[in-house]
Amino acid sequence: MKLGFNILLGGGLTALVIIGGLLAPWLAPFDPVLDANLMNSQLPPDSTFWFGTDSQGRDVYSRILYGAQISLTVGIVSQIINTLIGVALGISAGYWGGWWDDLVNGLTNVMLAIPSLIFALAVMAVLGPGLVSLLIALGLTNWSWTCRIARSSTLSLKSQGYVQAAQTLGYGDIRIMMTQILPNIMGPILVMATLGMGAAVLAEAALSFLGLGIQPPYPSWGSMLTDARELIRLAPWAAIFPGLAIFLSVLGFNLLGDGLRDSLDPHMRTRKT
Amino acid sequence: MTEPLLDVRNLDLVLSHRSGDLPILQDISFQIMPGETYGLVGESGSGKSVTSLAIMGLLKKPLKVSGGQVVFQGQDLLKLRPRRMRDLRGDRVAMIFQEPMTALNPLSTVGRQIAEMYVLHQGKSWREARRLAVHALDSVKVPNPERRVGNYPHQMSGGLRQRVMIAMALACDPDLLIADEPTTALDVTVQAEVLRLIKELCAARGTAVLFISHDLGVIASICQRVGVMYAGCLVEENDTVALFSNPRHAYTRGLMGALPRLGSRLTHGRQRLVDIDSVIADRSVLTETRFIMPRGAANGESA
Repeated sequence: MKLGFNILLGGGLTALVIIGGLLAPWLAPFDPVLDANLMNSQLPPDSTFWFGTDSQGRDVYSRILYGAQISLTVGIVSQIINTLIGVALGISAGYWGGWWDDLVNGLTNVMLAIPSLIFALAVMAVLGPGLVSLLIALGLTNWSWTCRIARSSTLSLKSQGYVQAAQTLGYGDIRIMMTQILPNIMGPILVMATLGMGAAVLAEAALSFLGLGIQPPYPSWGSMLTDARELIRLAPWAAIFPGLAIFLSVLGFNLLGDGLRDSLDPHMRTRKT
Repeated sequence: MTEPLLDVRNLDLVLSHRSGDLPILQDISFQIMPGETYGLVGESGSGKSVTSLAIMGLLKKPLKVSGGQVVFQGQDLLKLRPRRMRDLRGDRVAMIFQEPMTALNPLSTVGRQIAEMYVLHQGKSWREARRLAVHALDSVKVPNPERRVGNYPHQMSGGLRQRVMIAMALACDPDLLIADEPTTALDVTVQAEVLRLIKELCAARGTAVLFISHDLGVIASICQRVGVMYAGCLVEENDTVALFSNPRHAYTRGLMGALPRLGSRLTHGRQRLVDIDSVIADRSVLTETRFIMPRGAANGESA
């Protein structure tokens, strides 16, 4: 298979974030929290502090590496929750139809009508700030598109010969959903999950920026931006580099999602075989 | 006389609609003996396939059975709980379809799909089921079964896929096989092979077959008895030989008359192919009269 430009660049950027996050303890020259030294406050980038230091004298480069861990955790875990909810609701609604379908559809429409960041803010307000509530908040807010896609794909698969054949061969409903439908809609679901990761990284940054996400002194790209905001004229590097990290990782997830969509497209696949 | 395996008694089926129930099947009754091959013929829309779906208990809204019984091995399938009915499907009653190209899941190997039948209905382990799947492929005369079990459906031809479907359907030695136009989508030589296969396998295992087709030639070659369906009614039923040599119902005669015959140009000169006049009658009109006034009359015969 020829890999497209999107998938290569997106995969490369995503790999960069993953490697940076996983190897942060070895790659980072300083501790992101403890190595605060007001003597080093707001130093511009140099050979010791590659991305400069922030207002408390912490190395921005180290903090960005550790921040990648948080962004990745939030992106992956929240997308797993979203995908599980969306796929379970979508497939069952599409397959069973009837009142259950109406209920799920109504719920999906309600979720789509509420801006997800506002909904996440509300959830965070109830649960209080912190990583776990961040995961729950973002995991509960972004399943509606996945659900819609799972539902509509299921509807079209339901009339396929092999799904009907499975019924005549005595497969139960759950077994049909798991073995006949789920594998056949994995492509679009995977694409949605990857694109959703970018959105989740962005949402985490936004919530942390607003002070509801990861709490100081732990490094999150969003909270780093908050810290740097007041001094942006004096020490722009403290804002630019976390911003760049957010930008590049979201770009990476989105390009990867687009690339996956292109290569998983059934039309492209039939041409290939 | 032995008990019939399947006894369809006065089956009525309607399509529920806001403006009232539209009858789809009316008073269908027929019996299939163990090991017998029973043919259902009729044109498109005459209710053949819907009859088989009713037997399988797979009718989707807005279709529903409004009366009658489907007695299979002494129990009324229409009264069976969904869970029990599901266990029966694939195990005691199995079905094969017209479209071998779409009837297999494109994302799993045919071996896995056959093996799943053994796991599902007989509680076999996957390892054992896989071995049985190779055996099943061999029994439907797929060459190289050890290699073919690892194939995906797209790597197989239509004829091979239909064989795989047959292997799946017959995996659990069902007592009744419903074959809904199983050879229509295949080309003629493959069609003959698949027909022979169904005939041989079912004869060897004593499986009864409900064979649905609109191809009279196919029906004549495989079935012992034939029922002719027209507009949701079973209009005539007889032994195959008797039915073909002496069709009694006007519609059956029309159906026979419409067959092109090899060599007829030599004996009768150049002729137009006979067709049955008009399209299929509107059922809402037929509810009153039930019989085929417009068409029978057009052929100069009375029903």
